[in-house]
Amino acid sequence: MTLHRWRNFINAVMFGLTAACALAVVCVLFWILGFLLWNGGKSLNWAFFTQLPKPPGEMGGGMANAILGSAQIVCIASLMGIPIGFLGGIYLAEFGMGTFPFLVRYTADLLNGVPSIVMGLFAYAIVVRPMHQFSALAGGVALSVILIPTTIRTTEQFLRAVPQTLREGALALGANKWKAIATVVVPAAVRGVATGMILGIARIAGESAPLLFTSFGNQYWSRSLGQPTASLPVMIFTYAISPYDDWHREAWAAGLVLLAVMLLLNISARLVLSPGAPRN
Amino acid sequence: MTSSHKLMGTLERSSIAGPPAPNPGAAAGRAQPKLKISQLNFFYGAYQALHEVELEIAANRITALIGPSGCGKSTFLRVLNRMHETVRGARVSGEVLLDNEDALAMDVSQLRRRVGMVFQKPNPFPKSIFDNVAYGLRVNGTTRGAHLKEAVEHSLRRAALWDEVKDKLHKSAYALSGGQQQRLCIARGLAVDPEVLLLDEPSSALDPIATAKIEELVFHLKENCTIVIVTHNMQQAARIADDTGFFLLGKLIEFAKTETIFKNPAKKETEDYITGRFG
Repeated sequence: MTLHRWRNFINAVMFGLTAACALAVVCVLFWILGFLLWNGGKSLNWAFFTQLPKPPGEMGGGMANAILGSAQIVCIASLMGIPIGFLGGIYLAEFGMGTFPFLVRYTADLLNGVPSIVMGLFAYAIVVRPMHQFSALAGGVALSVILIPTTIRTTEQFLRAVPQTLREGALALGANKWKAIATVVVPAAVRGVATGMILGIARIAGESAPLLFTSFGNQYWSRSLGQPTASLPVMIFTYAISPYDDWHREAWAAGLVLLAVMLLLNISARLVLSPGAPRN
Repeated sequence: MTSSHKLMGTLERSSIAGPPAPNPGAAAGRAQPKLKISQLNFFYGAYQALHEVELEIAANRITALIGPSGCGKSTFLRVLNRMHETVRGARVSGEVLLDNEDALAMDVSQLRRRVGMVFQKPNPFPKSIFDNVAYGLRVNGTTRGAHLKEAVEHSLRRAALWDEVKDKLHKSAYALSGGQQQRLCIARGLAVDPEVLLLDEPSSALDPIATAKIEELVFHLKENCTIVIVTHNMQQAARIADDTGFFLLGKLIEFAKTETIFKNPAKKETEDYITGRFG
């Protein structure tokens, strides 16, 4: 009887402990969200989306150039990273036996764990130094190096989840291997693969460290992809460490916008993956 | 089964009659075999799955391959359209002739177009019913709309599925029942107009009614097509097959007309298996 009560007691304690930890996680999350919503919401206005930053001392202004800059840099990164990651993932999933694929897989996992600022250093060395200039291009290269390993691995995983019988069905009809992959295997996995890509893009959109010395920053519009370019994460960094209250407010607003973009990308990823989504 | 003696009188027993039949595969061999397999050995790595298989498969007949699990009958079937090449470490030696052409040497896509295959579990593509049947045609270069439509309808009719799906051709193939999916896979295989259709236990995942439909459909297909079917179900072999081969431990033990195999097998192993003493 006492043993029985002791067990019940332990059961209750462990339940309480796990529930408390779960609650703590949620609390911290909502604390951050609430903080951001409160401070960002106060500072967010139409000018934030339409105007250029104002010099210190002058009130108002916005981050239109950083919003466009972030979009440009992320686009460049996606244009380079997604095709390479996607095709590499196909190779690993469909042709990946032996030492070379093992090496690719291992390297991708390793790259995934490399701190993002190191990717910035790399892009600085191979793009900024030869071009003698910070640029959106360099920022895009840095972010694409972060995007490639995640895209490779998620593509591989989702392609591997496609039943072997589908491949055999296509081959048995006279399709060659590439045709079977392009017309049956990839379409069967496309939702999972797309989700992985969206989440990868969401991740790089929030990166600041690799952009610090690649795309650098700009208080004005950049006239080309070869010029220093403003981005939201770097703007948050610059504005938050400045001594001006007005800039702090702008940084909060930028944080809120970035959060909204993340949320949007995550929701769209979930929609793509949900069973209700249209399938071919 | 009282008529078995009478039946026996009409059976062709060319080579099993001669006592030590050195080549069981030639038992049912007639004029020009559709597929002629000689000295076929098959290895998964170091493991030998098939030993010296000799077999002649006649055109426009249904040939059933029976035997206990792991006896090599499915492996043998997959060699006939070289699906074994998708398995790493698979190796084959010997000869497979399709209408006297070397099947092991010809272009593999070409071979699979002529020798189609239906698998154990229905494996429709995640596409519409129409696109599933049209797949083989599109892969092989037929994309003209009218011709495609005609071919899809024709194939679905041959697979006895047309009436059930004609109003939902553009719905997902996954909306069909298991039996319908398997008939869809047969229609998909028929669309490229193969000379030989290989069926690997096509009804083992289906209920008896769906099985009966598949059997009836396969029975009619032999008019235009040579059928080779692997089955675990001896009654199924007895019902639909013209010729039956019995595999055991990677060897073709006996090959003859179905009546002979079931009523008067020449080998003791065959008799033991048929009568349910093992396997």
